[in-house]
Amino acid sequence: MIIELGHFALILAFGIALLQMVVPLVGAHKGWRGWMQFAEPAATSQFILVGFAFLALTWAFVTSDFSVQLVYLNSNSLKPMIYKISGVWGNHEGSLLLWVLILTLYGACAAWFGGNLPETLRARVLAVQAAVLVAFYMFILFTSNPFLRLDVAPFDGRDLNPLLQDPGLAFHPPFLYLGYVGLSMAYSFAVAALIEGRVDAAWGRWVRPWTLTAWMFLTVGIALGSWWAYYELGWGGFWFWDPVENASFMPWLIAAALLHCSIVVEKREALKSWTILLSILAFAFSLLGTFIVRSGVITSVHAFANDPTRGVYLLIILTVFVGGALTLYAARAPSMQAKGVFSIVSRESGIVLNNILLTVAALVVFVGTIWPLVAQMAFGRTLSVGPPFFNAAFTPFMMVVAVVMPIGGMVAWKRGSLRKAMALLWPALILAASIAALAYAIQTNRSALGPLGIFVGLWVVFGSAIDVWTRTGRGPIKGRLGRLTRLPRADWGKAVSHAGMGVTILGISMLLAWQQEDIRVAQVGDRWAVGTYEIELRSVENIPGANYASEIAEMAVYRNGTIEALVHPEKRFYVVAQMPTTEAAINNGFTRDVYLVIGDPQANGGYAIRTYIKPFANWIWGGAILMSLGGLLSLSDRRLRVAAGAARPNRDTVPAE
Amino acid sequence: MRRLALIALLLWSVPAFAVQPDEVLDNPALEARARMISAGLRCPVCRNENIDESNADISRDIRLMVRDLLVEGKSDEEVVDAIVARYGEFILLNPKTSGSNLILWLAGPAMLLAALGIGYATIRNRSQATPPESLTEDEQARLSEIMKS
Repeated sequence: MIIELGHFALILAFGIALLQMVVPLVGAHKGWRGWMQFAEPAATSQFILVGFAFLALTWAFVTSDFSVQLVYLNSNSLKPMIYKISGVWGNHEGSLLLWVLILTLYGACAAWFGGNLPETLRARVLAVQAAVLVAFYMFILFTSNPFLRLDVAPFDGRDLNPLLQDPGLAFHPPFLYLGYVGLSMAYSFAVAALIEGRVDAAWGRWVRPWTLTAWMFLTVGIALGSWWAYYELGWGGFWFWDPVENASFMPWLIAAALLHCSIVVEKREALKSWTILLSILAFAFSLLGTFIVRSGVITSVHAFANDPTRGVYLLIILTVFVGGALTLYAARAPSMQAKGVFSIVSRESGIVLNNILLTVAALVVFVGTIWPLVAQMAFGRTLSVGPPFFNAAFTPFMMVVAVVMPIGGMVAWKRGSLRKAMALLWPALILAASIAALAYAIQTNRSALGPLGIFVGLWVVFGSAIDVWTRTGRGPIKGRLGRLTRLPRADWGKAVSHAGMGVTILGISMLLAWQQEDIRVAQVGDRWAVGTYEIELRSVENIPGANYASEIAEMAVYRNGTIEALVHPEKRFYVVAQMPTTEAAINNGFTRDVYLVIGDPQANGGYAIRTYIKPFANWIWGGAILMSLGGLLSLSDRRLRVAAGAARPNRDTVPAE
Repeated sequence: MRRLALIALLLWSVPAFAVQPDEVLDNPALEARARMISAGLRCPVCRNENIDESNADISRDIRLMVRDLLVEGKSDEEVVDAIVARYGEFILLNPKTSGSNLILWLAGPAMLLAALGIGYATIRNRSQATPPESLTEDEQARLSEIMKS
């Protein structure tokens, strides 16, 4: 019964979205307040209804109601509770429902916190948001209904893909979707502004927090996915340039570009038309990502649940929304006059360069991702585009971004001087270069790439520190330290997230340059050396888990003769899904991870054991955490908080006449 | 080709997940070359995994074939050519830089040049534009009046 109620709530929400798509638009056009105000309760009630539908589905999973087809296909009564819940979005239909839920959440947030927006703009934003929702309600109700029942309820379910039964992956999709879907707000604002025919500094200020939120969640989501791959897939890779990873990475790059150029709109009223275009592109890429993941058109390790026929529908959504917005853009963009004037060397130009690099980098990833498809259809060549291509074609862009970042971030607005910026930055340059030279001197293999990465990473980190320090002005150090704590949070946000990017670069380059590996057959009791560490295989036991059988080893990690850690790598076999997984044991450290994997038992006794020493691996995700933390700091800046309540101070300052 | 493979290796030295201890060659230099070649070869039956990471039997066959050819004294190019001849171009993770693939490889630089051109034109345009008109005298007077009150 609850399932049917959930289904009904979803249909009801669809009906409301249809109204919300039309009524406020008409109201805004005719200037009818009542019609415009319809959008707010409509957005709120959509969120409540879809929330109820989602809870209903979750209930079916939690109680293992196998009369629901989706639950039968993706759950099992033996599964631990947390994976029963995460199983709700571990499949196509459920993940789509989550997508729609988040979309309604953003719509409701726009209604709740949009009090300072002009009435017509808010009505139009909510109407566009409802239009996106209508498309997805139709998709979910007509092609991917999660609420279908089975005629005969089976005794037990088929279980979730074991790879997905993991804490990292349980929370990876919700964060990713919060990011993907958050970009729909930038899209709605852009289309609403195009309909309105007005883009000004205020618009830049309104759209920025939404983009920032989406970008932050995307960062966390991508980092979680990469971290999961690192510890779960069993060889410690953290990025594979898989089509589905690319699908989340492209919107991230575009959102990062959008984040920066909306600052120019806000502060200088320039680059307006470009910002609008980027807003449309950002959401286009997140729709494209959904298409890639859900249609399975481009084969990928990640496409756990997909169906080509659904791809057609998604392609239609993509064409209608992107095509429609671009048509509107073509019609209205020429009327958007830029106001701010800036010279060739200026912060504005730095941001233009940032946008060029990030956007072209995203397009390179895009071309590489769809090239196998294009080559097959247009040239009849069946080929692959893998990591070697992306490393060669994409990495240079990020390196240039990182090299330019500290300088671009220091040059003054409007009219700047490269000499002045460099005069402040030279300590960072020298320090980074000397540490990189030191690293080059003490490394064992003569690779230049590790030190190069160290140089670039440190240059970014030190550059951000100098940037923050310069913002405190002149005077005695004590006064400047005091001012440091009172800097606007946006300044801190910028420094922290830029530094985070540097830290990630450091982590990636050191890991790739100096990783050590050892593969061998070891008997219980064997002890062997890998780098400066010694590893001992102490025992191997068979232990049954909740819904799997496990072969678990105890291994000791020694350094300089003393024991550093006891770790337990596992090999699991999930009985219902008939699938083995490896659970690597990782001894995490600030400067290195010791990564141990136990393989198959060998014919002549003993086990295949893989040992990796991965220097600075955690810095990769540490950097991602810093990046999103920077976003959070910037989001909490007074400027944005004040803007959120901008209607109030006006009333207070009306002079007493 | 060789340089690209080298760059790929340096940037992405993916270690073997599924390389079994019995496959590893005694000669470390040959083994390193085998690894470098393997990282650029795709497992034909998996989804987007190279043969070093894959657990599939066919990947093991290809790994052994790479090593056999290396032991015979073939060069890296010859080994890769032999494998492509047998399994097709699909197996190359690093797409060839020939024929229609030139579009793929040149797309990035071409787009960058175009974007830089457009960006430069825009910036120059902005730097030569006249700033928006300042306030008229009436507006100025009205403004100072507001500021005073």
